[in-house]
Amino acid sequence: MSVAARAVVLAAAFVVVAGIAVFVALYYIGGTSALPTVHYAASGGQANVVLQEDPQNDSASKPDWVTYYVQDPATGKWVHTTLFSVPAHTKVNVTILGYDGCTPLRNNFFSQVQGTIGNTVTLSQFDQHGREYVTEHTTPVINGWSDCNVGHTFAIPGLGLYVPVASPNAQLSANNLCSSSPCVTSGNPYAKETFSFMTPDHAGVFRWQCLVPCGGGFLDGNSGPMQTLGYMMGEMDVVSS
Amino acid sequence: MTTPQSEPRHGLRLFLIWIVLSLIAVLLIWFVWKPHLPPGDMSDAARHQQFDIAVLAVSAAPVVIFVLLYFIYSIVVWRARPGDDSDGEPIYGNTKVQLTWIIGTTVIVLWLFVFGTVELVVPAGAGAGEGPSPIWKLAGTQSATWTPNSGTMLQVQVIGQQWTWTYRYPQFGGMESSELLLPVNTPVTFHVTSLDVIHSFWAYQLGVKADANPEVDNVAYATPKSLGSVTVRCNELCGIWHGAMFNYGHVVSQTAFQAWASGVQSAERGDGLLADLPPYALTYDPTVIPQLGKNLPKIDGITGGAGYYYPPSDPVTP
Repeated sequence: MSVAARAVVLAAAFVVVAGIAVFVALYYIGGTSALPTVHYAASGGQANVVLQEDPQNDSASKPDWVTYYVQDPATGKWVHTTLFSVPAHTKVNVTILGYDGCTPLRNNFFSQVQGTIGNTVTLSQFDQHGREYVTEHTTPVINGWSDCNVGHTFAIPGLGLYVPVASPNAQLSANNLCSSSPCVTSGNPYAKETFSFMTPDHAGVFRWQCLVPCGGGFLDGNSGPMQTLGYMMGEMDVVSS
Repeated sequence: MTTPQSEPRHGLRLFLIWIVLSLIAVLLIWFVWKPHLPPGDMSDAARHQQFDIAVLAVSAAPVVIFVLLYFIYSIVVWRARPGDDSDGEPIYGNTKVQLTWIIGTTVIVLWLFVFGTVELVVPAGAGAGEGPSPIWKLAGTQSATWTPNSGTMLQVQVIGQQWTWTYRYPQFGGMESSELLLPVNTPVTFHVTSLDVIHSFWAYQLGVKADANPEVDNVAYATPKSLGSVTVRCNELCGIWHGAMFNYGHVVSQTAFQAWASGVQSAERGDGLLADLPPYALTYDPTVIPQLGKNLPKIDGITGGAGYYYPPSDPVTP
């Protein structure tokens, strides 16, 4: 084989190998970037973020994984994603509708609300008939061990934000949980929780996650939705305002 | 072998060049490089590590310089001149060279062995996790409480969880914080454990690194020597956000620490959290939640609560 032919073969082999590497990289990275990002704009220095967490989801591949949804402020529709953006140096008012049942926190320290304005949340709970069986109140702690109280957490460790997310009570968790996602308030028990925090002055991506090992079917609940974007972990993109 | 009269004394020349270069390198390492070597000098353990790295560099520099010097000298001085097609001089065994080599390398290896052992023992494990029963313990008074200027050792439990660190202070009623604060000039015992998978507690500037395993109390020691910030990282691949599992600690004055710890303890007692925390324990079993008793069902690896989030009818298997 001539030198020129060898060079051509070598170049072709290099292109094939590099192409395979690029394809594999794009395949996996593309899986992440395919998730939509919900954008929240500020008005009067404030942005209103609305989330819900459900016992299941409407995906075809992992329908029985617990999941968060993010409400698109433009359409009011629930988007199956955990990526959202908020402006920098903005007061973010978060509403979380907790439809999922309770699971004890691994560390009850995270029953304590940390990093919100006032280090408190405002909480109310409703049954499937819309009755507010726990009236709205503000609290610094939602004890995840004293009773069936906490479903998941919303934590942004990079901001020191740790918020336990309340669940429907024990009886409702056992018998009447929402079974079709995205859940709606009508006909389903849920907890409604609101709190506020300030975004930093600078842009950046902040991961957020659940601290309850809620990966059903995985060893000690670690893995599955716990470690998958679009389910129980996500990213908050703080953009320059 | 005959040596022409004009041939210089290569051995002496090499030795003189080597001794001068080595001296320069050692001085540069010790006085210029050492103050900037990781992990700094914020704690006794860190200072020892910095000292160790500098001593190893000083030990290695003459060897490296000798090898490189001989290499370069040979290329420059003994290279074949243009037009010289003759064979090189035959080489025979040289007992002096062999003895020098054997003795030299033996001395270096034994020196490293003795030095490394001493530097592991003297600073009480050199900041590394020693397991639940440390052999080399840091000196300090043990007490159920801690007060400034008492010389009492501070106990800190480091708890890893995907993907964050929390810290418990048993001498302050078992209060817990997501922030690591330490008093300066106080011997500290770290009890490192995990609630789920294997993590590794790496307090970089303190020179402390200890694996965090569930059901294991891994003990490490350090005495912070100066005020400042400490970067705490996980040093064990522990899941998708392992790389983001870090936060910052602070070494503060003893009185500032006392005020902070008492304040957190008071606040956690006030809002009821302190009573709701698990009893202080040196280790954690990921499948047991102590305050919820023994009647918890364990289904699909998940411990359910009063609401039985994962009932037998919902054995989700994704």
